[in-house]
Amino acid sequence: MNTDDENTIVCRCEDITLKDVRDLIAQGFKTMDELKRISRCGMGSCQGRTCRQIVMRELARATGKDISEVEVSTYRPPVENTKLGILAQAAQEG
Amino acid sequence: MKTNADVVIIGGGISGLSTAYNLARLGCREVVVLEKSSLYSGSTGRCAAGFRQTFGLEINCLLAKKSYEIMVKLNELLDYHRDIELKQGGYLWLLRTDKEVELFSKNIQLQNSLGIESRLITAEEAQEIVPCLNPEGIKACTFHQKDGHVNPFQVSQAYAEAAKRLGVEIDTFTEVIGIQVQADRISEVITNKGKIATNKVLNAAGPFAKDIGRMVGVELPLKPQRHQILVTEPVEPLVDPMVICTDFYCIQEPHGDFLMGYGDPSEPEGTALLSSSKFLEEMAKRACQILPVLANIRAVRQWAGSYTMTPDAAPILGPAPQVEGFYLAVGFSGHGMMLGCSTGLLMAECILGEEMTLPIDKFNIGRYERGELLKEPAVA
Repeated sequence: MNTDDENTIVCRCEDITLKDVRDLIAQGFKTMDELKRISRCGMGSCQGRTCRQIVMRELARATGKDISEVEVSTYRPPVENTKLGILAQAAQEG
Repeated sequence: MKTNADVVIIGGGISGLSTAYNLARLGCREVVVLEKSSLYSGSTGRCAAGFRQTFGLEINCLLAKKSYEIMVKLNELLDYHRDIELKQGGYLWLLRTDKEVELFSKNIQLQNSLGIESRLITAEEAQEIVPCLNPEGIKACTFHQKDGHVNPFQVSQAYAEAAKRLGVEIDTFTEVIGIQVQADRISEVITNKGKIATNKVLNAAGPFAKDIGRMVGVELPLKPQRHQILVTEPVEPLVDPMVICTDFYCIQEPHGDFLMGYGDPSEPEGTALLSSSKFLEEMAKRACQILPVLANIRAVRQWAGSYTMTPDAAPILGPAPQVEGFYLAVGFSGHGMMLGCSTGLLMAECILGEEMTLPIDKFNIGRYERGELLKEPAVA
């Protein structure tokens, strides 16, 4: 990927480009949680599996931190998207 | 960080941010908001963000109505360049016992007398509003079209940006570790990043408000309780209103996803916010029973937030009599977002000693000692 191509889609679920992410960081959204809440980046069906690493790299770059120092947003259950009907059945079976 | 302020607000959720904006709008010059994490990271950012005016006590109806009147104009009022994503699909409340029908009919009379156009409808009429509703076990419903839903992040961000433009300082990742009181009067707020001299503090710390109260020796009758939410993948528009009953609520957001939750009466007091698999399964069971179409839609994520309950499930607003300059906007019992717009307006007026848009005396903390509880019948 050409990292300077700002039209690159970063979050495929929510249709967010690299430019969108960089603009939000410039506006002061400087943690993953803040970026996620304002843009929905990472809130879609893949739950951040695609965008998380890219957003972390952008945050590291913008804040002058190493990527290992960027705080990751919380991983939330369920691990895989699951039909409510299947979960409801699990409840009935105990 | 400022070292002096006219008012220090503790908590960067909806109550704190809307009060900060209103203080600045009314001419208060030095206002600081302190938030220990990022903005709206507590109860505000974790809530389902429904709003309704349909309560069972006049005072609660009026507070919610005022909030609604501000909310519907908020994008313009705050000159917001994004969108608060207001959806007015109504609240459809499912009634499953004769006792509920009787109580809610009484509430409707009160609501109608206050200009709130709620109405009692049959299960069949409810199916016209929500075609995929399972009518089984539903005796009647109440419906109010003007109720609805917002995006809690955007509402809070709108207030934060408007407040900043008016000169409010917002310090995130700044935790209050102590409050100095001299001769029963607030004198200083101590944070992990420095001290701020001030004579006025607003406690808007949500589930942590009890800890803030203890810093000045004020014991608040608050009980934070975990509430969990599940969200699905986005699908085509299927359900317009918030579908709610005593042990279930579900709303389809403009984005297309369904957001749902229920209150668990066995939940212990505490601020821990871990998710449970029991919730996921029980939630799915209730959802599939009431809205069978949901069975084929996938759960994407679950999370938890706090309701900060008071003994009468109504908020505590106004000054704390024990310490001069200590103000409270706490204990919203799950309604902080929907009451957020009026809370900010009224708390700012109260702190500045301005004429009140609505009297808030009945919400004063003293009501518990006097035994004048605001027993709200219409809470889920």
